[in-house]
Amino acid sequence: MATTKLGFIVQRPPYKSENPKLALTHAIASQSVEVYLNDGDIVTADIAFVGDGVLNCKKDQKAMDLYKLTSTETHVKMALLLDLNVLVCKEDLDRFGLTENDIVLNAEEFGAEMTVKVVPFAEITKMMEGVNHLLFF
Amino acid sequence: MGKFTIGCFSSLVGSMSLDFAVKLAGTALEKGHKVDLWVSGNATMLSLKGQRAFKDYSHLEKPLQELMQKGLTVTACEACAEARGYHKEHTIEGFKRHSMDWYLASAFDADRVLHIGGE
Repeated sequence: MATTKLGFIVQRPPYKSENPKLALTHAIASQSVEVYLNDGDIVTADIAFVGDGVLNCKKDQKAMDLYKLTSTETHVKMALLLDLNVLVCKEDLDRFGLTENDIVLNAEEFGAEMTVKVVPFAEITKMMEGVNHLLFF
Repeated sequence: MGKFTIGCFSSLVGSMSLDFAVKLAGTALEKGHKVDLWVSGNATMLSLKGQRAFKDYSHLEKPLQELMQKGLTVTACEACAEARGYHKEHTIEGFKRHSMDWYLASAFDADRVLHIGGE
């Protein structure tokens, strides 16, 4: 039985490129990776939004209305529903004049118990130090 | 010897990242390492067979096939490929197609994961 921890660092803004959505979908795939592994082996995924990447967490996104696309907001909610650890850098939110009121914090409507954690960058650094591999998107 | 997992998300034409990833994979294989190459997003373009070779555009089908014969495992994200109209019948022989959890499973026992993001 072994655990490999992956850290997904999202630093690009939403919709300009595919990167943030690929980060979320790959992180969410950690929930089905067991089919390739031996019994008891798992892969965990922590997600951190930093820099321009914090904009992915803006709530009330209209991607479905305007583009018929699943929003990154919905993907964040799916990550919470699947109990992934989602961190958002507080300093970068401040830089954009955003507060916790402006971003998605939970997915209660889906029954998720996990919530988004707004943390200082030092906490994100700790997470990065604690994982086996980092993937920057 | 170790195991490398290389993930690349950049397109074949319009970026040199896939050229670098394939060269790196070849070098690692030569040194005796096991290498898994995962392509996702625009990088799934690498899986398309029958691309015409021009001197001005990256063209990796031939070196890729040589590396696959030497043991390189190359897998494309199936959803990313299908979204772009790259269907199974368009895929280079030997090129695998799986869902995203394949990449994470490869990372599970990799000694190093080199993730090369998209544009």
